[in-house]
Amino acid sequence: MTQQVITATITILIGVAGSILYFVGTNWLLDRIFPFRDGASPNAARNHRITTAVRPWLFLGPALLALGVYLIYPVFETLRLSLYNRDTTAFVGFDNYAWLVGDAGFRESILNNFMWLLVVPTAATFFGLMAAVLTDRIWWGNIAKSLVFMPMAISFVGASVIWKFVYDYRAAGSEQIGILNAFVVWLGFEPQAWIAVPVWNNFFLMVILIWIQTGFAMVILSAALRGIPEETMEAAVIDGANDFQIFFHIMVPQIWGTIAVVWTTITIVVLKVFDIVFAMTNGQWNSQVLGNLMYDWMFRGFDFGRGAAIAIVIMVLVTPIMISNIRRAKAETKGH
Amino acid sequence: MDGIAGRKSALTWAVHISVLLLVALWTLPTAGLLISSFRDKDQLAVSGWWTALTTSTQNLVGRADGAEKQVEVDGKFVIAGNLLDGPGQTVTAFGYRSQEPTKFKAGEIADLGDGRGLTVTADGDYIIESDLRIEGDRGQRIFYTAAIPPRFSLDNYRSVLGSGGAGRAFVNSLTVTIPSTIIPIMVAAFAAYALAWMRFPGRALLIAVIVGLLVVPLQLSLIPLLTLYNKIGAFAGIPAKGYVGIWLAHMAFGLPLAIYLLRNYMAGLPGEIIESARVDGASDFDIFIRIVLPLSFPALASFAIFQFLWVWNDLLVALVFLAPQKEQLVLTGQLVNLMGSRGGDWEILTASAFVTIVVPLLVFFSLQRFLVRGLLAGSVKGG
Repeated sequence: MTQQVITATITILIGVAGSILYFVGTNWLLDRIFPFRDGASPNAARNHRITTAVRPWLFLGPALLALGVYLIYPVFETLRLSLYNRDTTAFVGFDNYAWLVGDAGFRESILNNFMWLLVVPTAATFFGLMAAVLTDRIWWGNIAKSLVFMPMAISFVGASVIWKFVYDYRAAGSEQIGILNAFVVWLGFEPQAWIAVPVWNNFFLMVILIWIQTGFAMVILSAALRGIPEETMEAAVIDGANDFQIFFHIMVPQIWGTIAVVWTTITIVVLKVFDIVFAMTNGQWNSQVLGNLMYDWMFRGFDFGRGAAIAIVIMVLVTPIMISNIRRAKAETKGH
Repeated sequence: MDGIAGRKSALTWAVHISVLLLVALWTLPTAGLLISSFRDKDQLAVSGWWTALTTSTQNLVGRADGAEKQVEVDGKFVIAGNLLDGPGQTVTAFGYRSQEPTKFKAGEIADLGDGRGLTVTADGDYIIESDLRIEGDRGQRIFYTAAIPPRFSLDNYRSVLGSGGAGRAFVNSLTVTIPSTIIPIMVAAFAAYALAWMRFPGRALLIAVIVGLLVVPLQLSLIPLLTLYNKIGAFAGIPAKGYVGIWLAHMAFGLPLAIYLLRNYMAGLPGEIIESARVDGASDFDIFIRIVLPLSFPALASFAIFQFLWVWNDLLVALVFLAPQKEQLVLTGQLVNLMGSRGGDWEILTASAFVTIVVPLLVFFSLQRFLVRGLLAGSVKGG
């Protein structure tokens, strides 16, 4: 263990020192090879041009290398792997995709992912908007915000334990220690094993992600609401609009762009969701999702072809959002 | 909009109550976990955490001392002792057969046959009186119902951190997280500066690629990287799974967000400062080190917090790139294992979960300002 701490410390030092050495070193080298400052060099103008052209790539070098190896190359490699058999020894064309279409587990995952997509971004954005609007009107709003925001810091696994405890089930008649069942029994109903009831259990898993993501939606939307010009609301008040009219006709239309951003950001999280299902049910009781299915085929089925095909499906689902994000970013950076 | 008119007091109350309800829903689950982790494990297993402050009733079983402890008093043979193990507890009922564990009220005399009688009083004292010498070495079993006052302790944490392995996993998590947080900052900052303030062909395309990479699912990287690591491991004769591999992976996965956040921030710095430095003959390297980097501190802090939380809370990358043995098991991995193997042992699970989330929560509450700022810059471009 001491060994491990020492290794980690040395790595930090090597990493930081290495990057300083790289940036300072290449910069020094460039100025040495193509000098233009002393004025004595006969090629000062040409050298200046060369350094200006080369330097950006020296700055970008390490980042591009890391992104290339860890993110860009894998996208193409996964695409290639998805056309091969389980251990990449034979080309199989689109067999893995054909298998996906017929596989019950895959259809279940797609269906569940679709439900997650419908419910989680909508619910989290809705609760986030409610929290943002309501907390702005009370004196203890900042404390309330902080508490609603808190689950953002908790890992999906930690949140899963927290909610598994909420959903805990004891046979009818014995004392319930899960608060949900205790409440249900108090109301006079039978206790349920919530995460083992097919179809409905999906919603109990979704609650966990909604609980985590609402704070994110609230923070972003609250900032957007504060950016609404006061005059528009004052004008509405003078015209006799009530609170609900102001909310739906003045506030919501002005922050519509931000709502869309929040909604799509949470959608991406939902498409990749893995930890919650892995920890809570591991896909049992009809709660499978694509992220966990892919992990299953990769590490339990040891079929890299099928695993890669599922990953590509996730990528395809993400692509429309990716394109719209790039468009938006382009529009925002124009003129700079 | 506050106090536009007094007629809205009813609405104001509705707002207070709604927010209170919302906050309760969002904090109670965590509160339940936290309270439970400090409760006595026997109480935790039989009563809800919301009853933690009330006295709980438990059905317990104890054993009286064996025959060798009997003493002769006034011609009777007597075994006496106490069943309870803590202050403040009271016995309400007892019995000597498992079918009728609460047959007798405290203080009543139960006839055990053969001229023997058993009494348990409310304070837990029991007396077995017999006319004849008591035979047999095993003591009489006594079933009793006890009212036990709330008990809180650090016992759950003691067992989880020590033999439970959470202490070791905590160190492993730190080992993974700290280098993964610090190393990418330098790399990202240089790249962000190039994208914000240097002119070169392909810059717009690179920015678009970075924005695109922000949402690429990690799942896509896993199989190719695992294969690559296995090949490198086999080639160099080193284990394919280890800390160096996961440091590099986390660094690369964090780069798109880091570059994006920092570029946005740096692009928003006033251009006049940078232009005038250029006119004075400063190179881009000097401008970056002396002017831009110090001014970008808030953005660097935002990213560092993001990366720290993300790496600490990550499960998937750790499952793929680290070995499952205790030398490399991180907190999230350990917690998932416990959920599988000790699913019903809430004293273990609650304490382990809290050990897992306590560091992110501390970071969250102390540095929330930077987190919010980073979130705003990351999704709706600030400024």
